[in-house]
Amino acid sequence: MSLIYKNLTTVKDPLLYLKPIQHHNIKNGSIVRIKTEEGLRTGQVLSVSHEVVVIQVIEGTFGIGVGTDETEITFLDETYLVGVSREMIGRRFNGMGLPIDGGAPILPEEMRRIEGEPINPTRRAYPRDVIQTGISLFDGLNTLIRGQKLPIFTGQGLPHNKLIAQIVNNAKVRTNEPFVTIFCGIGILAESALYFQNKFEERGTTRLISFINLASDPTIERLIVPKIALTTAEFLAFKHDMHVLIILSDMTSYAEALREVSNIKGEIPARKGFPGYMYSDLASIYERAGRIRGKKGSITQIPVVTMPNDDISHPIPDLTGYITEGQIVLSREFHQKGIFPPIYPLASLSRLMKDAIGEGSTREDHSDVASQLYAAYNNFLQIKELESIIGSDSITLVDKKYLKFGELFENYFTNQGETERSFEETLNIAWNILGEIGKGELVRIKKEYIKKYFVEKRSN
Amino acid sequence: MNENLKIIGKISSINGSVIKVKGFSHQSVGDMVNISEELNITGEIIKIIDNIAVIQCYEETLGLKLNAIVTNLQYPLSMELGPGLLNSIYDGIQRPLETIAEITGDFISGGLKINALDRKKKWKFIPTVKKGTVVSRGDIIGYVQEFSLHHEIMVPKGVSGTIIEISEGNFNILDTICSIKNKNKIKNYDQKLLSKWPIRIPRPYHKRLMPDRPLITGTRVFDLLFPVAIGGVVAVPGGFGTGKTVVQHSLAKFADADVIVYIGCGERGNEMADLLNSFPKLVDPKNNRPLMERTIMIANTSNMPVSAREASIFSGITMAEYFRDMGKDVLLLADSTSRWAEALRELSGRLEEMPTEGGYPAYLATRLANFYERAGLIEIVGSPKRIGSITIIGAVSPGGGDFSEPVTTNTKRFVKAFWALDPNLAYARHYPSVNWNNSYSLYDNLAEFWEENIHKGWEEYRKAINYILSREGELENIAKLIGPENLPPDQQLILYTANLIKEGFLIQNGFNDNDRYSSPQKTMKLISLFLKYYNESLSLIRQNVPFFRFKELEVINSIRRARLDVSNDNLDELDLLDLMLSRDLLQIHRQYAELL
Ligand SMILES: Nc1ncnc2c1ncn2[C@@H]1O[C@H](COP(=O)(O)OP(=O)(O)OP(=O)(O)O)[C@@H](O)[C@H]1O
Ligand SMILES: [Mg+2]
Repeated sequence: MSLIYKNLTTVKDPLLYLKPIQHHNIKNGSIVRIKTEEGLRTGQVLSVSHEVVVIQVIEGTFGIGVGTDETEITFLDETYLVGVSREMIGRRFNGMGLPIDGGAPILPEEMRRIEGEPINPTRRAYPRDVIQTGISLFDGLNTLIRGQKLPIFTGQGLPHNKLIAQIVNNAKVRTNEPFVTIFCGIGILAESALYFQNKFEERGTTRLISFINLASDPTIERLIVPKIALTTAEFLAFKHDMHVLIILSDMTSYAEALREVSNIKGEIPARKGFPGYMYSDLASIYERAGRIRGKKGSITQIPVVTMPNDDISHPIPDLTGYITEGQIVLSREFHQKGIFPPIYPLASLSRLMKDAIGEGSTREDHSDVASQLYAAYNNFLQIKELESIIGSDSITLVDKKYLKFGELFENYFTNQGETERSFEETLNIAWNILGEIGKGELVRIKKEYIKKYFVEKRSN
Repeated sequence: MNENLKIIGKISSINGSVIKVKGFSHQSVGDMVNISEELNITGEIIKIIDNIAVIQCYEETLGLKLNAIVTNLQYPLSMELGPGLLNSIYDGIQRPLETIAEITGDFISGGLKINALDRKKKWKFIPTVKKGTVVSRGDIIGYVQEFSLHHEIMVPKGVSGTIIEISEGNFNILDTICSIKNKNKIKNYDQKLLSKWPIRIPRPYHKRLMPDRPLITGTRVFDLLFPVAIGGVVAVPGGFGTGKTVVQHSLAKFADADVIVYIGCGERGNEMADLLNSFPKLVDPKNNRPLMERTIMIANTSNMPVSAREASIFSGITMAEYFRDMGKDVLLLADSTSRWAEALRELSGRLEEMPTEGGYPAYLATRLANFYERAGLIEIVGSPKRIGSITIIGAVSPGGGDFSEPVTTNTKRFVKAFWALDPNLAYARHYPSVNWNNSYSLYDNLAEFWEENIHKGWEEYRKAINYILSREGELENIAKLIGPENLPPDQQLILYTANLIKEGFLIQNGFNDNDRYSSPQKTMKLISLFLKYYNESLSLIRQNVPFFRFKELEVINSIRRARLDVSNDNLDELDLLDLMLSRDLLQIHRQYAELL
């Protein structure tokens, strides 16, 4: 049954308000078709009461006439569904899931609600298999795990796009299992979209799906596109046993769209104008990562979050950090020093790596080496600070070795440029630079590994 | 229920998880309702304005229709209490998640009404009173063995009289186990194993007692520096990634309590999977049984309905009170109370209530008090006379890590210990990242119990560590200016010892087999090593032995690593280290004997 209205009273872009007829059983969340002079638009019921129905119009409300017969609003009985199919692999779509690569339309295998349903916590399998990104600061120190959500916290003008392209092109599960990457662009610049497209094509896009919502596309689409991408991911991972890596770039655009709509609805904001339910809303996206017991596939998320003013305590990165399992933080200082990728080790953390690395997955010495690198780099920073105060003449010989180590850590281990490294290569480089500080300092590494892997330096 | 007696109304408004219903002939705040005959969503009346019921829905309202029929069930949101609670995992309103998975598979869909406790399972009931005994509210009439716990069966509120029949046997939770001739009532009362209690009403107790026994957590920094008493209340605030969940998990595993209620309140699904994964592999040292057998878990993750999240901490505390009333020591862990407060804020926003600071409703403090005040060391109603307790440890997740936000400041009013986690320590991988300057514990009356029943020296060691850490704080800045080598030797010793204590004692690796749990004996022996090092070195330094000699001691490296190398069963090794330390110090003493 569809209900048709012509009595639109209020328009506050992107929302429409009208008074329903009392006995019309309008469905919360249902789809609305809006016929205007220029054509058909789509909306969704946000809230409904006998006094007023609030409709969010995806394409925006510009040009929708009030008090005219031309504007016709039809309430459908259904909620928002999207078609998903394995045919989508290798294709490019817009923010509403329509092909934009000139190819044929997709024949859906299934129609699904984009909101998804929560995974039953008792059905989750604890993630413990790795993904190799080819980047030492990930693989060596902050390993990405299948089923994890690990965001990249970045700032305006930092080279996160380049980093993302590199990850998309090089990420591997290191088994023969099917592995698909979904790139979901949320409010990205047309030029960035082009950059990604070119970069991706360098390696071939046969295992890639792109959903692109451009900065110039409607705001509401930004709230929808990640859900379409995740619905597709769930279909591929849990119905067709694929490992899916999904990049959400940029969640800051998503959160800002959320704020925009919330403010127009007149809701009471919590911090910095963002709605009080932003934590739950972001969680409904991030928590769609994971593994399920008895299923072969997995969903791994790398959301990109641009920190306004590089402020990690801003509500968007803050709430994200409260939901995700760690974070990778890019550093402006490293970037200015010419280090790529400019990943700052102290603030970065992969919370799920501890149970997943080691013998049989990466290498037996991985955990010890990571912890030693971390400690040594931390030590280096303190020595550097001391050196800047008391001068390099007054520091000890051991301290000097740490200064050498730190320099190599930044300029060699971290600064890998566009090269791709396997886990083994990353760990070997780590041993190489740990050689600078000498065996005696490696208190976090088991003796047997030192025996097996230690690289003696002539200078010692 | 007779169809004609049904109290029904119709939906007049839907706004997120809050709906309004017109037309109930009969209604009270707290009544449960069934929403829509098609979707069967569970809800609770939270307000009544001009005869219109305002209802919070415990499930997603997407797809719900205006004018849909709502039935008032006329009972409050209650917990099912009885055998079968342990080793369970529930959502925020006590629906068993395992059973949900059997029905709807890997994902949770709405509209499910499932009993919390198994109706079919038989339990062996063993009476502890005889026919003819006069009983009243709270009296224990018998027990059921639930794993290794005596699950006491108690006479409910409102019943008192003479037992006219009671027998041992195998019963399911709805079978009558005992008949009581109720005073002033015509009908006999048929007692069952199952009882119910509304979650918003605290279970009554006889008397509140002053907590004076420590709750041993197995985490050194808490047991020694910031202790919690059995029946106490603690907040663990900290920004993201500072280690709140690891603290909560390690307490759930190792704290010395009879029953653990773990509430995953608006947090991660993978963390619940982690717990569910590791619990069966860990055993309770007291009885060698899997830890899950003393545990009730509530998992209402961040992507599950927000109203059920609001209810979850009251669901948890109600189950905790039930076990407390049996005379058990219950530990309730809530991760995170901030997510609960946010649920409250979200609902309040939908109700268009006047917000206060941070958008939270004015009643935030009252609700927090309603929760925390249900902790305590309690003398229970009924016979035999018994004492039970609930200890609450609540994680707080302040936005931006800023402790001046409303949830943290309000929580501070109701807790007596505050374990402040510090992002700078976490960045330096100093876990647990408990900041020793901002944290406190007002449970300072535990010394007597420690000295008499656990280990001597507790008070003295605390003072000594506090002295060293606070001196270090004062000296740190000077050291940075002039370089630590240029400080007087006794001050260098302070800095050096403080670092040893941090690295070898305060830091505790939550994932290392030897380190994650530190028995009180290990904790005390370990700290005594560091203090001995400090005291004896200091006295030699005062006699002009140069400081560098004490840095060179070989045994120091072993002492520093002892927390990782020495297991709780091998504390002799710490005694050995103690001997080696004495020997080395003696050697220095001898070398400088002529000088001295
Ligand atoms: N005692 C510990 N030993 C070793 N590592 C720890 C310890 N405590 C915390 N960590 C590390 O810190 C990470 C984050 O800890 P945790 O998940 O407890 O943080 P949190 O405060 O609960 O964060 P959030 O608020 O985001 O939930 C862990 O995954 C682990 O890597
Ligand atoms: Mg946590």
